Amino acid sequence: MDNDVKLSVEIAGVPFRNPLIAASGTFGFGEEYNELYDVGCLGGICSKGLTLHPKDGNEGIRVWETASGMMNSVGLQNPGVEAFIASGIAQMRRFGNVLIANMGGHSMDDYITGAAMLSDADIDMLELNISCPNVKSGGMAFGIKADVAKEVVSEVRKVCRKPLIVKLSPNAENIVEMALACEAAGADALSLVNTFQAMAIDIRKRKPVFNNVYAGLSGAAIKPIALRMVHAVCKQVHVPVIGIGGIYTAEDVLEFVMAGAAAVQLGTVNFNNPLAGREVLDSLVELCRCEGIADINTVRGIC
Amino acid sequence: MRYLESIVEENQQITDDIFVLCVTFAGGDVKPGQFYMLKSWDTELTLMRPISVFQVEDGYLWFMYRTVGAGTRRMSELKNGDRIRLLGPCGNGYPCEELKGRVALVGGGVGIPPLCHTAEVLHRNGLTVDAYLGFRDELFAVGDIELWCTDMFISTEHGEEGYKGFVTDLLKPERYDAVLTCGPEVMMRKVAAMCADANVTCYCSLEHRMACGIGACLGCSIRTKNGMKRVCKDGPVFRSTDLMW
Repeated sequence: MDNDVKLSVEIAGVPFRNPLIAASGTFGFGEEYNELYDVGCLGGICSKGLTLHPKDGNEGIRVWETASGMMNSVGLQNPGVEAFIASGIAQMRRFGNVLIANMGGHSMDDYITGAAMLSDADIDMLELNISCPNVKSGGMAFGIKADVAKEVVSEVRKVCRKPLIVKLSPNAENIVEMALACEAAGADALSLVNTFQAMAIDIRKRKPVFNNVYAGLSGAAIKPIALRMVHAVCKQVHVPVIGIGGIYTAEDVLEFVMAGAAAVQLGTVNFNNPLAGREVLDSLVELCRCEGIADINTVRGIC
Repeated sequence: MRYLESIVEENQQITDDIFVLCVTFAGGDVKPGQFYMLKSWDTELTLMRPISVFQVEDGYLWFMYRTVGAGTRRMSELKNGDRIRLLGPCGNGYPCEELKGRVALVGGGVGIPPLCHTAEVLHRNGLTVDAYLGFRDELFAVGDIELWCTDMFISTEHGEEGYKGFVTDLLKPERYDAVLTCGPEVMMRKVAAMCADANVTCYCSLEHRMACGIGACLGCSIRTKNGMKRVCKDGPVFRSTDLMW
């Protein structure tokens, strides 16, 4: 990367070489995309969403194209925290960037046990998923009501010695209250937004496309709403915010940064263009140069 | 595995809803049964579309696809000289190097095209290849597959061409050292069951909705006797005995 534009950022004391992070669930543990480009060029990578115990995920259709986006109902298929610690971490360490373990849960006990295990492992940050819409009676239940979220974040905080990011759901009753509750409970940073709960119906089969009926909407379709939520949260909290939601281009990245985000995550765009991480990074350098931005931190939160 | 930009050399409609697409190809090893994720749009559509390889030629790659939705309809509008993105080759492909003797290829509908490249490679490896091809009504790809086969068996649902009925009615698996199949699940299940009865090795190539195509998103996972497997990366070809259907 050219050094005439400074893209490095810091989140909760962790230095990132640039503000681009691969979003959980779209990037595996990085190795598949690393066959296509050096994923170490990204600021960081969020692991596939982990749960304490291995999960097979949901039955039926899991991905579905929608206007300017897609829906998914993978259901947190993952090898479990123990297997991730045994082999996933070493694999992700090879990339040399910030290693963020993303973890969801089904119960308070699962969250606490999993967070304690990951806290002792060689990760840089823990991203707590209280927002997965695709797992029944778990995940998102914690992400809807601020008082429930506050409780789980407080308990995880007690056992987690790693910088703690809490990933928020746009389905929260009130995203700003949710953000403030998580901050008060000890989150070092917030990331938002996860997918919007959504639905598709197969009119020929006369039934919902997804076995779980509802699934998570992502992609360009949600970007303006995600941007509004990031903006609103950044106005109220003091911890760094990582923007997520339909970010496809360097222009999108700057929008989120100007709305107040310290960094962003790229998710659905990886499916549209498997080289998106590297290409958005290259364009971001060029865009900052054109816009006369010598240090990306100087435009954070200017709107 | 590479992400390439290619140029459309030909995109021709050959039946009501089947198209054959030829694109420039810089080369590389493509195994029978492997596929590419294709994209002839920018971000107007979100996902790339998995299409299996029909034929590999020096400097060119051929695909044969059916227009079923927004993506393939968009592909059908491609003109010579247009640009198209390719991600691949994806998946494992048929284990052609492990096969010997006499092999039956059993294809149904748009599952037939990948058997063309398969037939060619098996033939060049010195195997004897027979093809059992089941169509709805109009035939396609038959002439291309015929070149590499000893015996050809054709069926259509209403008897417009060849045998009237299902192609599995014609199959005698006990004649073969292995059976490779690709097509509708109901057909492949029948083929797998017949092979199991005859104690013949059978490989099935599955079709699935997928997002990334490279094993990262787990959008195409299926339950197998060996646990959850990704159709895009661990498949699309599976031993029939590993499948749970």
